[in-house]
Amino acid sequence: MSEISRRQFLAGAATSTAAAALTAPRAHAQKRGGTLRFVAQADLKILDPVWTTAYITRNHAYLVYDTLFGTDEQLQIRPQMVDKHSVSKDGMKYSFTLRDGLKWHDGQPVVAEDCVESLKRWMKKDRFGRLLAAHGPRLAAADRKTFTLELGERFGPVLEALGKPSSNVPFMMPARLAATSADEQIKEIVGSGPFRFSKDEWQPGNQVVYVRNADYVPRQEPATGSAGGKRVHLDKVVWRYMPDHATAAAALAAGEVDWWEIPPIDFIPRIEQNPTLVTFLPDPLGTQGWLRPNHLHPPFNDKRARQALVYMMNQETYLQAAIGVPKYYRPCHSVFACNGPFASKVGAEGLAKQNLERARQLVKESGYDGRPVTVVHVTDIALLNGAALVTRELMSSIGFNVDLKAMDWSTNLAVRAKKDPPDKGGWNVLHTWWMAADVMHPAVHFGVSGAGPGAWFGWPEIPRLETLITDFVRASDQARRKQLADEVQKVALDEVAYVPWGEYVLPTAHRKSVSGIPKFIAPVFWNVSVT
Amino acid sequence: MLAEILRRLVATIPVMGVVAIAVFALLHVTPGDPAVIIAGDYATSDDIARIRTRLGLDQPFHTQVGIWLSRIVRGDLGTSIFSGLPVSTLIGQRAATTVWLTLFAMLISVGVGVPVGVLAAWRKGSWIDRAVMVFAVSGFSMPTFWLGFILVYVFAISTGWLPVQGYQPLAGGIGPFLRHLILPALTLSVVYMALIARMTRASMLGVLDEDYIRTAFAKGLAPRNVLVRHALKNASLPVVTIIGIGFALLIGGAVVTESVFALPGLGRLTVDAIVRRDYPVIQGVLLVVSGIYVLINLVVDVLYVVLDPRIRY
Repeated sequence: MSEISRRQFLAGAATSTAAAALTAPRAHAQKRGGTLRFVAQADLKILDPVWTTAYITRNHAYLVYDTLFGTDEQLQIRPQMVDKHSVSKDGMKYSFTLRDGLKWHDGQPVVAEDCVESLKRWMKKDRFGRLLAAHGPRLAAADRKTFTLELGERFGPVLEALGKPSSNVPFMMPARLAATSADEQIKEIVGSGPFRFSKDEWQPGNQVVYVRNADYVPRQEPATGSAGGKRVHLDKVVWRYMPDHATAAAALAAGEVDWWEIPPIDFIPRIEQNPTLVTFLPDPLGTQGWLRPNHLHPPFNDKRARQALVYMMNQETYLQAAIGVPKYYRPCHSVFACNGPFASKVGAEGLAKQNLERARQLVKESGYDGRPVTVVHVTDIALLNGAALVTRELMSSIGFNVDLKAMDWSTNLAVRAKKDPPDKGGWNVLHTWWMAADVMHPAVHFGVSGAGPGAWFGWPEIPRLETLITDFVRASDQARRKQLADEVQKVALDEVAYVPWGEYVLPTAHRKSVSGIPKFIAPVFWNVSVT
Repeated sequence: MLAEILRRLVATIPVMGVVAIAVFALLHVTPGDPAVIIAGDYATSDDIARIRTRLGLDQPFHTQVGIWLSRIVRGDLGTSIFSGLPVSTLIGQRAATTVWLTLFAMLISVGVGVPVGVLAAWRKGSWIDRAVMVFAVSGFSMPTFWLGFILVYVFAISTGWLPVQGYQPLAGGIGPFLRHLILPALTLSVVYMALIARMTRASMLGVLDEDYIRTAFAKGLAPRNVLVRHALKNASLPVVTIIGIGFALLIGGAVVTESVFALPGLGRLTVDAIVRRDYPVIQGVLLVVSGIYVLINLVVDVLYVVLDPRIRY
C-alpha cells in the first residue's frame, strides 16, 4: 500500500470511527442530578485571572469570582456586586455601595477595602485598567460597604472599564490576596462568586471541580451575560480536559460528558445529526482574525509595504481557508467588532476590495529589495495554519519573497516577542485572533495601539493613535466617542497597524439534558441545569 | 549477589546525574520560552523580562543547572511554572494511572504473547504458526491511536459495554477501575504482545532443535512439560530482555493511549508540559522515568542470574 493511500485509509478510518461515534449514541448508565460534566477548550493551569490574560483562566474566574459590574447580552453595563452608585456632576468622582449579603468563600464578608485593593491590582495589569490608572484615580474606602473613585483627569468609560467582560476582567478578591504583587500569582483561590474552587480535586491536565457556593446571594433581575441574577442549580461542575477531539466527540455522544465548549467546525455536522445533542452560538459577536506586520524591520517599516498588505486582502479567501463553513464566518471590514457599537467603514475602502495591481505597485514604491519576508506559520492550530498559507500565496503574488517559518503555537509565542531582525530569529508577519469583546472599542483593542515599544507585538509607533485613544477615554458622550473611534480606524488602517481578515463564530455543543446556558463570551454555569 | 545489586544501585547515581544534565541541556536548546507564555498577550517586553528574572531564566546555563541539581539532591523536583504546584505532587497525581496502565498492558502482552509464541514454535509451519505470524506482523504495524478508536467504536460506542474515556482510581471500586482500564490496556498491549510472541517463537525454535528436548520427548514426557519446563525456561532469556525493554517502551507508548482515552497519566503530563515549556515538570518527569528505566534494567539483569545460574557478574 502506498504511503498516500495508507494515510488516506487511516484518516478515513479515524473519521468514520469518530463519525460513527457521533451518530450512534448509547444510553450509558450515568450519574445525573446536580453534576454537570464539561469539556473545556483548554487545560486550566493558571488560576489567577489578573496575572494572565488566558481565556481559560478568565472562564474559570467567572465561576469563582464576582465583578462590581457586568455586561449584559445587549453589551450594556449593569451593576453586579454593586447595589448603587453615583457620579458627581463633573464626572470626576464615583461612589459605589456594595450589595448586602456578599461573602467570600472563607466566610468573611466582602468589604469596600477588598474592592479597592482588587481594583488597584487589576489597574497594574489590564490595558483598560492602565488607561484608567493613567488618569490619576484615587480609590478609598468610605465605610465597610462604600468606596469612592476620584479621578485626577477626566475619564469617561469608568463603568465600562469596571464591567469589561474579557481579559483581564476586574474580578474582586479579598484584600489580603489582592495585595499580592501583580507580577506574582495569588496563592489562594477565594472569591465571592456562585461556585467555589475545589483545590483538592484539581488535577492540572485532567480536571477542575467547582462546587455550589451555598452562601451566594444572587441579584433579583434575570441573568443576562455576566449581569443579573446568577442562580445556581448545579451542585457541582466538573471541567474535563480532553486533548483528543474524537474522544471528546465520542464522550459527548455516549453521555459521559454533558457539554463540549468548542468542538472543531468539522465535527459540527455530525453533532447536529445526533438527536440527543444540540449546538448553538453562545457568543454571536464572534472572533476577529488578524494579520500583523512587524513595524520594526524592513520591508514593513515602510508604510507603503504595509499598505500593500491591505490591498492584497481578500477576507473571504482567508475565512474559507481558516474556518471553511460559510455560516460560521463573515467578512468584516472594520477594525472594531462588526456587531458592536463602534463598527465602521471609515477608511476601509482598500480593505473591502482586493486590488492586487495596486498592492504590487505599493511594494515597488516601498523600495522592497527582495529580501526574504518571514511569515510565522503556526501549524498546530488549524485556523492559523490556513491563514498563513493564504498569506504566503497572496504576498508572493504581489512580489514579496516569502519565507514561511513553520512552528508550534508555543514556539510562536516566543518568536513573536523577539524584536530581532528576521534573519536573527525575529519575524515580519504573524497571524492571531481576538474575541470581539477584546476589539470592541479603542480602549480595549490592542491592534490600534500605536505605543511603539509598549504596543502589542509588532510594535507600531503611531503617536496619533495614542492621542486619539486618550481623547476617546476622555470623551463624555457616545457620539463623540463614535467619531473618535472612526478616526482611530482611519489612522490604524492608513498606517496599517494590522490587517483584519474577517470574523467567525464558534458553536458550542451540549446534550439536550442541559438547559439554561446564558449567551455570553465565556461559558458560565449559573442558570444552567442538567436533568 | 546482594553485593552486586547494591553496587549496581550505587552505579545508577552517576547515570542519573548524566541523564539529569542531558535533559536540562536539551530543554534549554529547544525553542520556546515559558516567560512569554506566562506573560500572555498583553505583556510588554519589560513584563516578560521581569518574569524571566523571577523564574531565574535569565541566569547563565551553568548557574541554572547548579540550582536545579542542588534541589534534586535535596529531593525537591521543583514547582510547576504555570500551576504553582510541586512537581512531585503533579507526578503523584498521575503516577498511579500510568503504572496501572503499564502493568495491565504488560500482563496482557505476556499472558497472550508467550503462550502464542510457544504454540507457534511447537507447530512450526502449520496454519497456527502462520496465523500467529500474521497477528504478530499486523499487531506490530498497527498504529496505537487507530486501534484505540476502533476498540472504542466496537466496545464503547456500538455495544456500550465499556466507557469511552476516563480513569477511575482503585479506591472507587474494582469494577469501575477495571472497566476504565481494559480498553486502554488492550490498545497499548497489542504491539508488545506481537513483539513478545515473535521473540518467544524465534527463541523457542532455537531450543526445540536441541538434543535434550529430543531426549525429553523420547522419554515420553508430556509435550506441555517439555515445552514449559525444558524448552521455555532455556528460551526465556531473550524473552525476559524484550519484556524489560517492553516496559520502557510501554511508558513511552502510554503518551498516545492516555491522549486517546483521556487518562490523567504521566504521558499526558509530559506532553502538556512540553507544549507549554514547563521546564521543571518536564525535567522532573524525565528524571523519574529515567530512574524507572535504570531500575527495570537492573531487575532484568537479576532475573538473568535467576533463570540461568551459569551467569555471573
